[in-house]
Amino acid sequence: MFGGIEFTGQNIAFFLISLFVIACGVMLLSLRKVLYMALAVGGVFIGVAGIYVMLEAEFLAFIQILLYAGAITIMMLFAIMLTKHDEVEKAQKVTAHPVWAAIAAVGLGGIVLYVTKFSGLRWPTPTDSPWEGQDNVKLIGESLFGQFVIPFELVSVVLIVALVGAITLANKEEK
Amino acid sequence: MLSVEQFITLGAILFCIGLYGALTKRNIIIVLVSVELMLNAVNINLLAFSRFGLMPSMNGQIFTLFAMTIAAAEVAVGLAILISLYRNRNTSDVRDQDLMKW
Repeated sequence: MFGGIEFTGQNIAFFLISLFVIACGVMLLSLRKVLYMALAVGGVFIGVAGIYVMLEAEFLAFIQILLYAGAITIMMLFAIMLTKHDEVEKAQKVTAHPVWAAIAAVGLGGIVLYVTKFSGLRWPTPTDSPWEGQDNVKLIGESLFGQFVIPFELVSVVLIVALVGAITLANKEEK
Repeated sequence: MLSVEQFITLGAILFCIGLYGALTKRNIIIVLVSVELMLNAVNINLLAFSRFGLMPSMNGQIFTLFAMTIAAAEVAVGLAILISLYRNRNTSDVRDQDLMKW
């Protein structure tokens, strides 16, 4: 299984970060208190930011930490505190439902792993960094305000509509 | 040298964890969190193909940026909906949210 993978610093860092991400994901599935589950997800988001750094997307890694690990996790914690914050996931009765869910998840994962690893598909050979010595933020800015201006504007409209809609939904007037 | 396979494998594992959580968890916030995990897995794939794919380009990073923005909007609307549901029905269990069940 480890054939062809040499132990460079990058590979070791990748395996450590993925181990952290998967461990936090499994903690999400196995912990009982809802509050701890939300914290475990914060760990997953930080680990994914590390993966982004390995993919040479530094700007997106910072955005990931700010947006996901900061804002979204805090919003989840707020929502948990506003609902039943001491709730515990009840022990699942032995029904067919979790079994089918596990079969679906493992089946999908098996198909993807088969295609990536064992089907003899030839992936592109890894090249050196295409953005060697260039500023990631500058590249993203040029692309965003050159090629993708219209989608960028649309996304900002969607964002403001969603936020105003969220406030309207959550802010119910007392009659 | 890292390759695209490793990142796709990690993305697949993360996606499956999110899928299982979204299908089995009872608390509505945890279901939302699991959907976020799946979105993160997709973002990893986008970035992996943008860096190690056949034609490396900046477009994958831009798409990831858009996906993150839409995910933030989705979380805002989802939390607003669940808070108003909680206010009306006093429960945070997905199995009790059957308002639109036929």
